[in-house]
Amino acid sequence: MEAIILQILNGLDKGSAYALIALGLTLIFGTLGVVNFAHGALFMIGAFCAVTFSRILTLSRTVIDETQTDFLGNPLKVDVPYLHDLFGQATGDAIIDWAVPLSILFTVPVMMFVGYAMERGLIKHFYNRPHADQILVTFGLAIVLQEVIKYFYGANPIPTPAPQAFAGSLDFGALLGFDPNLIIYPYWRIIYFVFSAIIIGAVFAFLQYTTFGMVVRAGMADRETVGLLGINIDKRFTIMFGLAAAVAGLAGVMYTPINSPNYHMGMDFLVLSFVVVVVGGMGSLPGAVLAGFLLGILESFASMREVLEILPGLNQIIIYLVAIIILLTRPRGLMGRKGVMED
Amino acid sequence: MGILEVKDVGKRFGGLQALGDVNLSVKENTVHAIIGPNGAGKSTLLNCLVGKLIPDTGSVMFDGQSVLGRTPHEINQMGISRVFQTPEIFGDLTVMENMMIPCFAKRDGAFRMRAIEDMMREKDIVEKAEAMLEDMNMADKHHMHAASMSRGDKRRLEIGMCLAQEPRLLLLDEPTAGMARADTNNTIDLLKQISDERDITIAIIEHDMHVVFSLAQRITVLAQGTPLVEDDPENIKGHPKVREAYLGETAA
Amino acid sequence: MLGLTKKDLQLMLIVTGLTMLAPFILNPFPESSGMAQFNAGYPDLMQRFVIFGIFAIGFNLLFGLTGYLSFGHAAFLGVGSYGAIWMMKLVSLNVIPAIFMGVIVAGIFSVAVGYICLRRSGIYFSILTLAIAQMSYALAYSVLTPITGGETGLQIKSTDRPLLSNLAEGETGRANLFGMDMRQSFELSVGDWLFTFNVGYYIAAVVMLIAFYVSIRIFRSPFGLMLRAIKSNQTRMSYTGLNPRPHTLAAFVISGMYAGLAGGLLVAMDTQVGPERMFWTASGEVVLMTILGGVGTLIGPVLGAGVIKYMENILSKINKDVLHEWFAFMPDGLEDFIVFLVYPFIGKGWHLTLGILFMLVVIFLPGGLVEGGQRISKWIKNRRKAKDTGGSTEPAE
Repeated sequence: MEAIILQILNGLDKGSAYALIALGLTLIFGTLGVVNFAHGALFMIGAFCAVTFSRILTLSRTVIDETQTDFLGNPLKVDVPYLHDLFGQATGDAIIDWAVPLSILFTVPVMMFVGYAMERGLIKHFYNRPHADQILVTFGLAIVLQEVIKYFYGANPIPTPAPQAFAGSLDFGALLGFDPNLIIYPYWRIIYFVFSAIIIGAVFAFLQYTTFGMVVRAGMADRETVGLLGINIDKRFTIMFGLAAAVAGLAGVMYTPINSPNYHMGMDFLVLSFVVVVVGGMGSLPGAVLAGFLLGILESFASMREVLEILPGLNQIIIYLVAIIILLTRPRGLMGRKGVMED
Repeated sequence: MGILEVKDVGKRFGGLQALGDVNLSVKENTVHAIIGPNGAGKSTLLNCLVGKLIPDTGSVMFDGQSVLGRTPHEINQMGISRVFQTPEIFGDLTVMENMMIPCFAKRDGAFRMRAIEDMMREKDIVEKAEAMLEDMNMADKHHMHAASMSRGDKRRLEIGMCLAQEPRLLLLDEPTAGMARADTNNTIDLLKQISDERDITIAIIEHDMHVVFSLAQRITVLAQGTPLVEDDPENIKGHPKVREAYLGETAA
Repeated sequence: MLGLTKKDLQLMLIVTGLTMLAPFILNPFPESSGMAQFNAGYPDLMQRFVIFGIFAIGFNLLFGLTGYLSFGHAAFLGVGSYGAIWMMKLVSLNVIPAIFMGVIVAGIFSVAVGYICLRRSGIYFSILTLAIAQMSYALAYSVLTPITGGETGLQIKSTDRPLLSNLAEGETGRANLFGMDMRQSFELSVGDWLFTFNVGYYIAAVVMLIAFYVSIRIFRSPFGLMLRAIKSNQTRMSYTGLNPRPHTLAAFVISGMYAGLAGGLLVAMDTQVGPERMFWTASGEVVLMTILGGVGTLIGPVLGAGVIKYMENILSKINKDVLHEWFAFMPDGLEDFIVFLVYPFIGKGWHLTLGILFMLVVIFLPGGLVEGGQRISKWIKNRRKAKDTGGSTEPAE
């Protein structure tokens, strides 16, 4: 029982990331009809927004501190962040400590802009080209983006810690009345899950309850008719692209404390997210979310020692295996609609 | 006994009864038209004949054999060719290549791997394709990309491709839909010529009464998924039931 | 001749000439000159040119003709490599049975994979192939370690005693063709130039020429026509009485066997294999090669493979110092600035150049470098006879 709960919890954070990326992919596919292989790169750029932001916060001037000496007895050079000058040492340090969550504020506009620029500058020209061309050009774009990031930030992962306050773990088992120390779960992962749930909820609410969202949903169902009604659907779709980029970016920002960002994390996640989208059903938003969590949890169950003893290596292939089985038995995925990508 | 016998065919989509107890008999070497107002189930019926849909009830016999449960390419190999409402041709290929494909299909069947031969050295195929292009008045368009032709030319190419397979039954789905008058008349002449010169049965679904009465020797009127009447053209024209079904539609 | 039209024969002869004379053509710069680092005429790289050329030709037979975009083709290359190396470890160090084994294993594997994946088309097909390839990679990396050697892969070791060999005790076997060592080279020194003629390269080159010839025949065959028909209009295809499934499966298997052939040859050259050969980036690379060179054209994939392998091996070696040397003639400030501008695109950043190049090709030149070449030659022709405006479109090579 404890083991099962632990594995479900373990699956949730990875599942959240899959779900968020798959949600963005589906939004773009559903609205613009574009298969976006560069979506993983958006996730990665989001993560590097967090890195950039924390670097901006820690911009420092070097002063010589006479009170401290190094082992040779010379006065020590100390980096003092400008934030100390602005807010005083205590507040400054607190801000730096909270760099990752604070960088959300920085990431959203940046990602909206990146998404907007991508759609207007490139994707727009590919609406009427075959899906294969869309895959290829966004694949090229993904390579370019990750190389640019690699050039500026290097090839090594950059550790970006969560705020001190969330550094520990929660003894989840004790809360549920099991023996202590059986189900331990890091605070940050809980936050990541809650955060993802909020974002997913917000996207659905936005689509469900706003006029804008209604038009977009109508456009996803039947683009031509909505266009005939005199509604400028393209403009709204552009905004949706920016939104999808922001969702991917936020998924990336909050994921940095779990996994130090590196330039190829986007591609690693993308390959899996595509599988998630296909399993959920191309063009189905609930399907993407459901499949994201489902595959995340399955993956975590498959990596249990008891399972691996019977079926070694299962954790490596479980997602692909599930995808193959689902695609062959339910061609449209779990919740796919009819007539999407079936030409 | 006709070459195509449709018996008690029914097809349901969810709550909608698209076809109910359709009976139809197409006699060999005739032109048989199936007409009816929008939503009468003409296209559904056609899709049941070519294997795209499988009817819920009833039977479809072609030349004494059932077509039900067979895939489109199997039914085609039995001798039924279909012309689509919007021309379905191989747009990326040249006109000549388009014409060669059905010739290969006729000679080699549904799948035969000839990966090393040069296709232009298959004398019989090349000659046959050229002759057919000649028949369709398209010999000068040999090297054109099929997609770059006018709609009328695409239609003629498609009909030619179907004929190259020497089918016994040719199904046409509104072959003049969206065509200008002149193109429509050309198509009528072409179809007349085909039915006069060739040993072929034609079943045609059509909206345009001008086309129907210029071509058909027998007409079935379909309304709300069931055949209303089946008779000769002169009897159909004044038929009260037909007028009723077409009320508000353009009757001839 | 050879059952080819005059134009195809010309192309075949040009390719033959280029591959046979490659040691000269790829080494245009004298050894002592600063440009010598751009010489690509060393055996290792030349082998890669032709072997990845084979891989891309095979990929093009699938994607170029049928339009099915496989994102997992490296799996067949990898499987072929594993098959070949086991043949060498167990049976014979002669490369011919090893290469055959690679082709056969990859062929069998692609029948199974194709049977599953071809039930879907479009993006679903791409994702299915990707999933299966990633699965193969993960399995080769972990569970199948007894067969694949896991992370370290497989090499020919001094303990290997192939059945049909008479190695001395403790001697490490070497890949050979009836006694001719793959690594054997003949060096020709002319003035300041050094040309290397390597046994392995010439064997691979001959195999590539055969593969290229077969691909021309397939392109011009009735079967090739059917494959192009599948790409163009599957509906018309089935309503013309043709069954698309066996056609696509046959194309998939042929394509997989080409990949296996390339995998077998890789092993024949360097007698080692690791699971990274099956990683999805390797699958992505063959997509890049084919598109860059010109998808659906005969020579394009070979060109693309050459360009990418050249960039990977030559462009990637240029470092900052070399750049400073080149631009040394400029004033200091300008020199630094130019180096600053150029540096991100070369050396370790060559992937960036590749990505940009690839995007430009997809956006502006869907026919790849081949289309680019055609456009340029047409432009020159048109300029020559400026009066002549009309001109028929040439069929793609």
